[in-house]
Amino acid sequence: MPWQIDLASYAVSMLLLPVVLAPVIARNQRLLSAIAFMVASVSSLVMIVAGALTVWSGRTQKIVLLIGLPDLPFHLRLDPLSGFFLTVIGLLALFVSVYSKGYVKGILAKRSITSLTIFYCIFLAGMYMVVLSDDALIFLISWEVMAAASYFLVMFENERIENRRAAFLYMVVAHVGAIAILLSFGVLAGLAAGFGSFSGYTFDAMRAAKFPLEWATAAFLLSFFGFAAKAGVVPLHVWLPEAHPVAPSNVSALMSGVMLKTAIYGIIRVTFDLIKVFPWWWGAIVLILGLISAVMGVLYALMQHDLKRLLAYHSVENIGIILIGVGLAMIFTSFNMPLLAALALIAGIYHTLNHAMFKGLLFMGAGAVLHATHERNMEEMGGLIHMMPWTAALFLVGCVSISALPPFNGFVSEWLTFQAFLLSPSLPSPLLKLLIPMGAALLALTGALAAACFVKAFGVTFLGHWRGHHRPNVHEADWFMRIGMIMAAFTCLLLGIFPTILIGWLDTIPEQLLGTKIATTAGAFGWMWLTPVAYERASYSGPIVFCGILVVVLAAYLILHVRPGAIQRVPIWDCGFEKINQRMQYNATSFSMPIRRIFGFLFHVKEQVRISPQAAHKAFPKKLYYSLRVRDRFWGWLYKPVIELSFWVSRKVGRLQQGRIQAYLIYSFLTIIVLLVFL
Amino acid sequence: MILYPFLIEILQVLILLAAAPVFVGWVRVLKCWTQGRSSAGIFQPYRDIRKLLSKDVVLAENASWVFRFTPYLVFGTAVIAGGIIPILSVDLPLAATADVIVLAALFAIARFFTALAGMDIGTAFGGMGSSREMTIASLAEPAMLMAIFTMSLASRSTSLSHMAEVILSGQPVLRPSIAFALFAFVLIALAETGRIPVDNPATHLELTMIHEAMILEYSGRHLALIEWASMMKLFLFVVLGIAAFAPWGIAPSGNLFALPAAFLFMSLKLGAAGVALVLIETGLAKMRLFRLTEFLGSAFLLATLGMLSYFILE
Repeated sequence: MPWQIDLASYAVSMLLLPVVLAPVIARNQRLLSAIAFMVASVSSLVMIVAGALTVWSGRTQKIVLLIGLPDLPFHLRLDPLSGFFLTVIGLLALFVSVYSKGYVKGILAKRSITSLTIFYCIFLAGMYMVVLSDDALIFLISWEVMAAASYFLVMFENERIENRRAAFLYMVVAHVGAIAILLSFGVLAGLAAGFGSFSGYTFDAMRAAKFPLEWATAAFLLSFFGFAAKAGVVPLHVWLPEAHPVAPSNVSALMSGVMLKTAIYGIIRVTFDLIKVFPWWWGAIVLILGLISAVMGVLYALMQHDLKRLLAYHSVENIGIILIGVGLAMIFTSFNMPLLAALALIAGIYHTLNHAMFKGLLFMGAGAVLHATHERNMEEMGGLIHMMPWTAALFLVGCVSISALPPFNGFVSEWLTFQAFLLSPSLPSPLLKLLIPMGAALLALTGALAAACFVKAFGVTFLGHWRGHHRPNVHEADWFMRIGMIMAAFTCLLLGIFPTILIGWLDTIPEQLLGTKIATTAGAFGWMWLTPVAYERASYSGPIVFCGILVVVLAAYLILHVRPGAIQRVPIWDCGFEKINQRMQYNATSFSMPIRRIFGFLFHVKEQVRISPQAAHKAFPKKLYYSLRVRDRFWGWLYKPVIELSFWVSRKVGRLQQGRIQAYLIYSFLTIIVLLVFL
Repeated sequence: MILYPFLIEILQVLILLAAAPVFVGWVRVLKCWTQGRSSAGIFQPYRDIRKLLSKDVVLAENASWVFRFTPYLVFGTAVIAGGIIPILSVDLPLAATADVIVLAALFAIARFFTALAGMDIGTAFGGMGSSREMTIASLAEPAMLMAIFTMSLASRSTSLSHMAEVILSGQPVLRPSIAFALFAFVLIALAETGRIPVDNPATHLELTMIHEAMILEYSGRHLALIEWASMMKLFLFVVLGIAAFAPWGIAPSGNLFALPAAFLFMSLKLGAAGVALVLIETGLAKMRLFRLTEFLGSAFLLATLGMLSYFILE
């Protein structure tokens, strides 16, 4: 009985309930938000059950829907890979839906949330359907539904020009990507069943087919381009830092946390499942683009002082890290080393899950800050840890996780990626042997820069004194928001402490795609020890690191508090400097100054210092103006020429538009003649 | 006999706690001698720690829990690292808890929280220290990983105990890759432990301090823990280098009687490391912050050369 896939389809259809109800109960906004987010939570919970059990059992289930085009019904399929992505989406959707219940309260006072709830549910359903679909048609339909719903969510606060601009940019990039994916499926379907028939549109037909290398390469490059545009891989990332920050924070959490992952799903599905046989340089492309995205993403993030924009750039970085794992897995697969490929693939999909959790948590935290201070600019914040202790502590958990510090989850997947890198000397190609370790160094650079970036993000936002000019009435997040964040933070910790159990659960995915398990080696010494490949090679024990630090910290604390020493609270010492004020603190711009100076050549940095002319003497300026502009070089290189070209073409084409009915009639007449002659 | 590895574990942690201040004292004494000053004696760090522990804590008004929690965490990670690195024997039950990459991450977590504590009070110095420390760390990390990569090539392992065992069981040969990796490791260790030419542990001159700037506002037992932990960090980097590059003398597993000899060897090697450190520190001047890219860049280059020479020569 295929009950898991039935469960999954019930969960999707459940999401349509609020969509249908919304216009009816739109007058009672409170009730609408309660119903919509409750239904979303329940459906996510159902989805987690269906997905997790599928991964656990390792079985594949299929159903054919009775709807669709004539003779071309829709196919759905639930296998371990899609089960895993369902679980990831479901988990974050659950946390975010609980959080949203509290978050939209802040919006309710200002505007109607009807469209937010409708598109929120459609967006979730679209993401679920993308990973469930098993033919090119429904895949593309779901892909478009997901893109369109998220477009409307980005447009939610559409009175601001930056939101409209961001949404438009997002729509353009999403569609260019979708066209590439459509073409890629076209190539695959055509080769699977001949270009004359339609029956190749199912993924099953593509799986059964063998593709000649040149066509397979074309299909891979097209689909990779399309998915990379969705995932925000450098240089296709420009839409991401525009669109993610302007969406409502709960939507940003979902977009950054899980929508980008559907693109990762697409890449894995097309390469490992549909095409299956590929040369090593496909993997090298994925690996190199992953490395570039990781390093550039984190460097861009360091230059930001808008909290949500900073987080959005970190999504670019983390997508890069995931692609590093996937790329390594592809290289190992092409050299027929399934065990090593399985390790690298596990590292990649583990990071997929981890990134969903901590990025969701961080965006929820940023949302709570935005909700409380109505401010996204970190330069205007500071000292929030005293006013929002819960949010601060939970945001800190996210910061530690994303900075790849043990015992939290980000560390485990980066460590596994490093282990995959360390195995590259066993590759037969000398070139790869020498070059792949450089990638490991770049990954280390990424991790360290991410830590620097999150010291900045947390330090400037939550620590120190309030930096802004006027002080708003800051309040702590409410319980719905807190519970959403607490669940995500707790998952981050659990995923960091019990990686062995999780890898045992994930193992059906490499088994399905590569035919190997790694749990036999990774968990050979029980749940406490993570030993990929072999015990002598490398090992890590999350529980011992966690408990060890906890025990020593507690012991030191208790021993030192035997003598009741009073803590004296005094004003800041600061080497005896008395006239200190809150404007003298380090802020986001000054914190990243050394890094900006070292890596500044990668950006378009324009720095200006102007001393106020009214100064009595040059040495004692009354005022100092400092302005800094950091711009993306890719914008000038890649996008500006395209934009200018399209404007140029539109202007030329625009000449056709005469505004006279006679001219238009001639156009129609000529068109008909041309059609008659040539067809 | 089953308890024996656990005894060594405890012994190692005790040695770490006790010997780290002595090692720092030794370095300071040597430094005084080379600079023609009279020293305060090898046990002065103990007296400093005791004095700080007996004092009350004076805390800035707006210090949050992050500021108060950090000293304990920094101390905790240092102690844990001491249970993992083979100081006396490779027979450690906790050795499998972490390989070299995890060890680097343990130091990173201490650094992360110290940098946060530096920003907590809201002084310009604290932020300056945090910003510089994180910058240096991000430059040091790729070099560190490359050095680890090169070291792991010969033993096919990143587990320290296993690396030491492989070197102990083989013939002592001079591998060019290991020589390069050692040189890189020394440069990285100087940067990570905040010694000259990267940072000056003795300075309190406002514009040059890095680590000291972050902990400027600490006092009493908090300061004692942080000072103690940074002594342990220096000690740990030295024994990490010993275990990875020159483990001769470290007791093999199951041999109880090799322990006294191991202790002797350890003391001798630490003494020699102290001399080398002092020679570096008195011979070099502190670098400007933006010259550090070249310093750590050369560390990265050396480690990479080590890797290349392994693939080409070995």
